[in-house]
Amino acid sequence: MRDDRARYAGGLLLLAALALGLLVWNVCAGSVSIPLGEVLRALLSPEEGGIVWGMRLPRLLAAAILGGALSVSGFLLQTFFANPIAGPFVLGISSGAKLTVALVMVVFLSHGIVLSSMAMVAGAFAGSMLSMGFVLLMSRRVRSMSMLVVCGIMIGNICSAITDFVITFSDDSNIVNLHNWSLGSFSGTSWEDVGLMAWIVGAALLLSFLLSKPIGAYQMGEVYAQNMGVDIKRFRAQLILLSSLLSATVTAFAGPISFVGIAVPHLVKGLFRTAKPIVIIPGCFLGGAAFCLFCDLIARTAFAPRDMSISSVTAVFGAPVVLYLMASRRGGRGGDQ
Amino acid sequence: MNQIRLHTQGLSVGYNKKTLIGGIELTLRQGQIMTLIGPNGAGKSTILKSLIRQLPPTGGTVYLDGRDMAALGERDVAQKLSVLMTARLHPELMTCFDVAATGRYPYTGRLGILSQEDREKTRQSLELVHAADLGDRDFARISDGQRQRVLLARALNQEPQVLVLDEPTSFLDIRHKLELLAILKDMVRSRELAVVMSLHELDLAQKISDWVVCVQGDTIARQGPTEEIFTAEHIARLYGAARGSYNALFGSLELEAPPGAPEVFVIGGGGAGIPVYRRLQREGTPFAAGVLGENDLDYPVALALAAETVAERPFRPIGEEAFRRAEALMEGCSRVLCPLTDFGEMNEGNRTLRDMARQAGKLEAWAAEGCTV
Repeated sequence: MRDDRARYAGGLLLLAALALGLLVWNVCAGSVSIPLGEVLRALLSPEEGGIVWGMRLPRLLAAAILGGALSVSGFLLQTFFANPIAGPFVLGISSGAKLTVALVMVVFLSHGIVLSSMAMVAGAFAGSMLSMGFVLLMSRRVRSMSMLVVCGIMIGNICSAITDFVITFSDDSNIVNLHNWSLGSFSGTSWEDVGLMAWIVGAALLLSFLLSKPIGAYQMGEVYAQNMGVDIKRFRAQLILLSSLLSATVTAFAGPISFVGIAVPHLVKGLFRTAKPIVIIPGCFLGGAAFCLFCDLIARTAFAPRDMSISSVTAVFGAPVVLYLMASRRGGRGGDQ
Repeated sequence: MNQIRLHTQGLSVGYNKKTLIGGIELTLRQGQIMTLIGPNGAGKSTILKSLIRQLPPTGGTVYLDGRDMAALGERDVAQKLSVLMTARLHPELMTCFDVAATGRYPYTGRLGILSQEDREKTRQSLELVHAADLGDRDFARISDGQRQRVLLARALNQEPQVLVLDEPTSFLDIRHKLELLAILKDMVRSRELAVVMSLHELDLAQKISDWVVCVQGDTIARQGPTEEIFTAEHIARLYGAARGSYNALFGSLELEAPPGAPEVFVIGGGGAGIPVYRRLQREGTPFAAGVLGENDLDYPVALALAAETVAERPFRPIGEEAFRRAEALMEGCSRVLCPLTDFGEMNEGNRTLRDMARQAGKLEAWAAEGCTV
C-alpha cells in the first residue's frame, strides 16, 4: 500500500512537470521563437503588450486551465453514466453551450452591447444544462452505452446546425469572431478572462475533489453506493452541476473542444492503474492541462503564422484513444437492472 | 429470545406507486436466516429492494433495529445494514481488496482515505470468505464464485447487523453455492448476524433457512419455520407445479410420470431402482414399480414416476397381498427389469418375481450404461 501512495505521488509530480515543461516550451515556440533566457527576463519584468506577457502567457494559461477542466468534466460524466466514452463533447453538452452562447452574443451584439465574460459563462452554463437535460431524458430510455453516445452526438449536431444557422444570418462584423470561436480556439484570451476562469475552474475542481469519496462509491454502481451511505439524488445533482459548469466554462472561453474529456481520463487511469477519484481528479486536471498545451503548441506552430482550430488537433490525438476504448471493451456495461 | 433486528409493519411494495405485494409483516431476529422463496417474478427482489430503501415502499414501515428506516440517515443505515445484490458489477481497475474495502465507506472520513484499522478489517473480511489470496487480483478478472465471495467480504466489512442478499447463489456452480452458504452460516453463528435473502434453490433454502417466507404474486402466501413450510403439497401449490412433484424430505424435484398403462415392470429396492425409473421416465415409457418397502430409498421416487407402485409397510417382509398385486401387474407388462442383485429375508418375494419373469421370457438385462432397455 505504501508503494501505491508513492506511485500516485510520483505520477502526479510527473504530470505536473510535463505540464510545466510544455508551458515553457510553448512560451518559447511560435511564429516568433523566443529564446528561454529572454522568456525568463520577460517573466520577471512584466511589460504590457509584449509577446510573452501580453499574448502567449494568458493564452497558454487558458489552454492549461481549460484543458484540465475539460478532462475533469469528462471523468465526472463517465462516472455518472458508468460509460467510458461519455464526455462533454460526445454527449452534446459542449454544443448546447455553444448554441446558447452564440444566441446570446448575436442578440446582445445586435443591440450594441458587448458581452462580459461572466455573461458568456452564464449563457454557456444554461446551454450545457439544457443539453444535459436531454441526455438525461434519453438515458432513461436507452440502456446501452453506445446508444447514449449516438443520442448525444445527435443532440450535438442539432445544436451545431442551429448555431451555424444563427451565425450565417446575422450580419454583424463581430460575427467573424463568433465563427472563429465556434470552431474552438484559445487565442485572444485576456488576463481578466484567465482570472475569471481560474476562479470558476478552481472552485469546481475543489468541489469535485471533495466528492472523491462518493464518486468512488458510485463507481461500484448505484445500489452499492446507496447501501454505503451515499445520498444518491443529491450526489447525482452535484455531479451534473459540476460537470456542466466545467464544460460550460471551457466552451464560453474557447468554444467546443473535442475528445479531451474522454481521452485524458482514460490515459490518466492507465498511467496510475487505478480509477480512484482521489488520485484521478488531480491527475486528470494536470493531464488535461498538459494535453491541451501540447495540442495548442501544434495548433500554433504547425502552419504558423496561421492558427489551426484547437479542436482539429485534439481530435487527431484524442479520437484514436476513443476508438481504442470502444474496440477493446466487449459488450459494454449497460443494463444493470 | 434474540433481539429483533429488522421488522416491517403493513409494508406494501411496488413500482411507480402501484402496489404489487401488500400486507408484508416480517420479523427478523439476530442469528436468524430468513429466506424468501417463490416463483420467478413473484416479487422477491421487489421486497428486498424495499427493505434496503432502494425502492420507496408504497405503504407501511420498515424498522431497522427498532427505528423507522425512512427517518434514518444514510450513514446510520449503512453501519447497520449491508447488501449483496444481483446487479452485475464492472468496476474499472479495482482490485478485490479495493472492492472489499468499499465496505469501510460508512466508517472513513471526508475523503474516504482508509486507516490502518480499515485495511486490517478489510484483510480479515477477505480471509473470512477464504479470499485472502485474491486481494491483489483485478476484480473484473476473477470467476463468478470468487466474485460473490469478494462481494460478501465487502458486505461483512461494513460490519452490519443485518445482511440482505438477493439470490446470492445464481451464476454459481454447486461447489461454490455450498461454499458461499457455508460461509454465510458461519457468519450468522459467530457474529449473530441477521440475514434475509432470496433463493432460487429450494433444496438449499430448506437446508440453510431458519424461517421461510413464500412470496406468491400479490401476497405473502405463507411464512413460518422451515419444517412447516417445506411440505410437498404446499411447495407444489406455491410454484403452481402441475407437472412433476416435490419431495419434501430430500428437497428434490421430480418430473411427472409418463402417462398410460404400465408397459414395463421394475423390480427394485435399496436405491437400485432409481436410475431405471429415471431412464424410463426420460424415454416416456409408463412403468410399474415393486415391491418396495415404504421406507425404501426407491419408494418416494417410484411414487413420483411410476404409473403404479406396489409397496409393503416398513420393516416387514413382502407379504401375500403385495406379492399378488405385483404378480398381476407384471402379467400385464411386456417387459420386466430387475436391477436388484441382492435379495434377503425382507425381499424374498422379489426374487420369486424375478424368477417368474425369467421363466415367462420377459426379463431383460439392465445395464446402467450404454445400451437401451
